[in-house]
Amino acid sequence: MTNNKIILEIKNLNASVANTQILKDFNLTMNMGEKHTIMGPNGSGKSTLANILAGNPEYIVDSGEINFLGQTLLDKDPDIRACLGLFLAFQYPVELPGVRMWQFLKSSIDSQREYNGKDPLSTKDFDSILNECAEKVDISQDFLKRNVNEGFSGGEKKRNEILQLTLINPKLAILDETDSGLDIDALKIVSNGIENFSSPNNSVLLVTHYQRILNYVKPDYVHVMIDGKIVKSGDKSLALELEKKGYDWLSKK
Amino acid sequence: MNNKNVISRNTKLEDNNYKWGFDFNFNPDNAPKGLSEDIVKLISKKKNEPKWLLDWRLKSLNLWFKNEDNEPEWANIKFPKIDFQDIRYYSSPTNKPNPKSLDEVDPEMLKAFTKLGIPLEEQKKLSGVAVDAIMDSVSVATTYQKQLEDAGVIFCPISEAVQKYPELVQKYLGSVVPYSDNFYATLNSAVFTDGSFIYVPPGVRCPVELMTYFRINELDTGQFERTLIIADKGSYVSYLEGCTAPFRKTNQLHAAVVELIALEDAEIKYSTLQNWFPGDKNGIGGVYNFVTKRGKCAGKNSKISWTQVETGSAITWKYPSVILQGDNSIGEFYSVALVNNFQQADTGTKMIHIGKNTKSTIIAKGISAGKANSTYRGMVKILPSAKNARNFTQCDSLLIGDKCGAHTIPYIEVKNPTAQLEHEATTSKVSDNQLFYTQQRGISLEDANYMIVNGFCKGIFKELPFEFAIEASQLLRVSLEGAVG
Repeated sequence: MTNNKIILEIKNLNASVANTQILKDFNLTMNMGEKHTIMGPNGSGKSTLANILAGNPEYIVDSGEINFLGQTLLDKDPDIRACLGLFLAFQYPVELPGVRMWQFLKSSIDSQREYNGKDPLSTKDFDSILNECAEKVDISQDFLKRNVNEGFSGGEKKRNEILQLTLINPKLAILDETDSGLDIDALKIVSNGIENFSSPNNSVLLVTHYQRILNYVKPDYVHVMIDGKIVKSGDKSLALELEKKGYDWLSKK
Repeated sequence: MNNKNVISRNTKLEDNNYKWGFDFNFNPDNAPKGLSEDIVKLISKKKNEPKWLLDWRLKSLNLWFKNEDNEPEWANIKFPKIDFQDIRYYSSPTNKPNPKSLDEVDPEMLKAFTKLGIPLEEQKKLSGVAVDAIMDSVSVATTYQKQLEDAGVIFCPISEAVQKYPELVQKYLGSVVPYSDNFYATLNSAVFTDGSFIYVPPGVRCPVELMTYFRINELDTGQFERTLIIADKGSYVSYLEGCTAPFRKTNQLHAAVVELIALEDAEIKYSTLQNWFPGDKNGIGGVYNFVTKRGKCAGKNSKISWTQVETGSAITWKYPSVILQGDNSIGEFYSVALVNNFQQADTGTKMIHIGKNTKSTIIAKGISAGKANSTYRGMVKILPSAKNARNFTQCDSLLIGDKCGAHTIPYIEVKNPTAQLEHEATTSKVSDNQLFYTQQRGISLEDANYMIVNGFCKGIFKELPFEFAIEASQLLRVSLEGAVG
């Protein structure tokens, strides 16, 4: 799958939230076409990493570099990062009262197209793409008439994130604990969404607490993150080892 | 340190963001500044008014002089004392007011309105909307006259109605808002210059939306329009008003009075897009919008519905109200009031239930950004005669940033035990999480904020006629510029 083109390069990243340092000299390089999983115990900094990559202003970068497809990311607003092809599936998708799904998704697609020098999609074209994507992730028409995440169940919110991933079709998909809180059917839909998305022309960074999702999503690399940095990297077998032994044997090293 | 605070970042709002702010050079026919019996007589003479109307004006003026030092001070707004002698009470942009047809309208004037997005020429008329355009104190053009005449609907400047339909005007003028009603209504009764008059005959459903477009152009001129709408038995009319004013460093006063009368089984739908100049980002200039609007559901089963989108004016002080006199009558008030920078708004409604089985609905959405303050002030009054009256009130406030304010002041007075009232109120903030989530999908911060605010207002916009809803939504966007970022 790998074609050796670097999509994401994180160098010596130090970052904090509310004056507490979370990421400590964090390093990671991903090639185009690769799927990476970051696993780790609660509080190890996994979600911080995901938020920093997407540019959440609540997280402050103290030093370090992030390059995405050859461009530096740290000076760019979240919407620009999105337009460059970086997508974050949220751990806690946010409710937007009164904002219709359709309108939200159309604006998203059109803004990104505009940034990349393309005309907005006609309503007809957009609808046919949207319907196709909705079908893939088993989302009904009624769902699209609702307001963004308003009154959605936990599983619906996560499926909505996968719908957006499928529709937006980014270069890099970062999934922040998208698997947590899902029953087995929802987990399958979400996992299928990720596997269907994955291609030699994009990359996936899957942040997760549990090994469970790796029964469905097959990563090329598994990294273990403890206390703000990667302490061990390996292939899928590392995840199975973690399942058996937990994280303690790594953090004690 | 965390400096994500939404308000403190550089604001992009410049004065020229008020795109309606250009001014036009006409040769105005101005009365001297100041308020006096002579000025009132001059206005009345310019308009060639009958004696009863002049007498009514003078009665109002005398009352106003008596109360001159008793400006209302109860509203949650602050502004320097107005010098009423420093205002011009009559200004006509041309020397030939009241053109008979569009051919007589000054071409410069037509150009001016086209620039404002209100084309008046026959070939470019807004489709399905009859427009009465009012510049300063004088009505300059009314479109779609023929269709209206065929339906028997009268839609003309009130000055013209005084000439052509004096009995109707005399019967209803001041019947809902008496000249003694309040300080600004009294002033308006003395010096009102123009405004719209509508009469819809029994059983007629007005074939087009009626619209009046108001603009204050002349420096130091007050606009005191007077609108009177009468829907006779079983008729229906939908009326829209839009307002702008040029950018001025000084404050301009706008003190209008609007009276609506719905007879048996009649319905009036009144929509406002108020976009008077709000002042610059430092709070300099802007229109004082002190308006008295009231409707009377005079007959059984009648209905009056107010929908307002208030984004302009330095200060807004208005409470479009309904007197529910006829049995089974219905009053509605749907409002979005947005304030940014240093704007202030104290707005709401009054629902006075008199008849049996009367019903009222109030849905008010207040949005505050910048250092602005908005207050919802509403009264629901159930009189002893109003058996089985119902009211539902919902007041929602949305805050953008942490330097603005929202206040809700409901008054409820119930004198009949069969009444049922509900009141709901919420206050929320556009959260950083909402903005980040939306931005992460490629939508700019400004657009994200606009989208969230628009979602908050959705229930109100659907009450507006379609084209107006789009315009309202665009106004919201312009007014929100610089609110985040």
